[in-house]
Amino acid sequence: MIRVQEHDFDVGQEIKNLTNGNHAIGGVASFLGLVRDIASDAEISAMTLEHYPGMTEKMLTEIEAEANRRWELDASLIIHRYGRMEPGEQIVLVITCSKHRKSAFESCEFLMDFLKTKAPFWKLEETPEGGKWVDARDSDDTAASRWIEK
Amino acid sequence: MKILYFAWLRTTIGKPLEEITPPETVKTVKDLLDWLPSLGENYSIVQEKSDLLRIAINQEYANLDQEIKQGDEIALFPPVTGG
Repeated sequence: MIRVQEHDFDVGQEIKNLTNGNHAIGGVASFLGLVRDIASDAEISAMTLEHYPGMTEKMLTEIEAEANRRWELDASLIIHRYGRMEPGEQIVLVITCSKHRKSAFESCEFLMDFLKTKAPFWKLEETPEGGKWVDARDSDDTAASRWIEK
Repeated sequence: MKILYFAWLRTTIGKPLEEITPPETVKTVKDLLDWLPSLGENYSIVQEKSDLLRIAINQEYANLDQEIKQGDEIALFPPVTGG
């Protein structure tokens, strides 16, 4: 399941909804991304996430399908927010549920790595010098490239 | 065809989307990127920052050699920074 939304989410409730009644699930892994107040030495008062409606959902759906192809998952969820957020706010949530922990851990990391390099989101940081578009990081490409099937 | 711009491409070009009618000689993504600067000064960013340009056709990533046709939805944007 994927969701692209402006409003906040409740991690505990999302995990409960995903696992409710499914007793094949033995392990749940999750990643929660938060807005930081410092990036590249500049103080950040807020950030605005822009995205490409339509393509965002398409890419997240593809990434999730790929994770389900590679690992035996019983349930999964990706939530990504857009709009203006202040430091400490939740931006992104990935939850993966599986019979055993290994699939859950690995697929959760895979989903985050691919989301960071494929999902069309852009961060605009509000700094004392004004708005600044965040540059993509090479380390994110490196992180995603290790999942390429040989 | 419809063309969308995101992040600093949107702010530099000055609009989020527009309807464009490139000449018939524009057949591929690369042709389109070569032609866009003829629309005005703001569009030169497409060539100045060509290394940082990502392209989608009908909401799928595309490369420079890919063909474009009438009715396609083209999008130009910088490398993504979500998550």
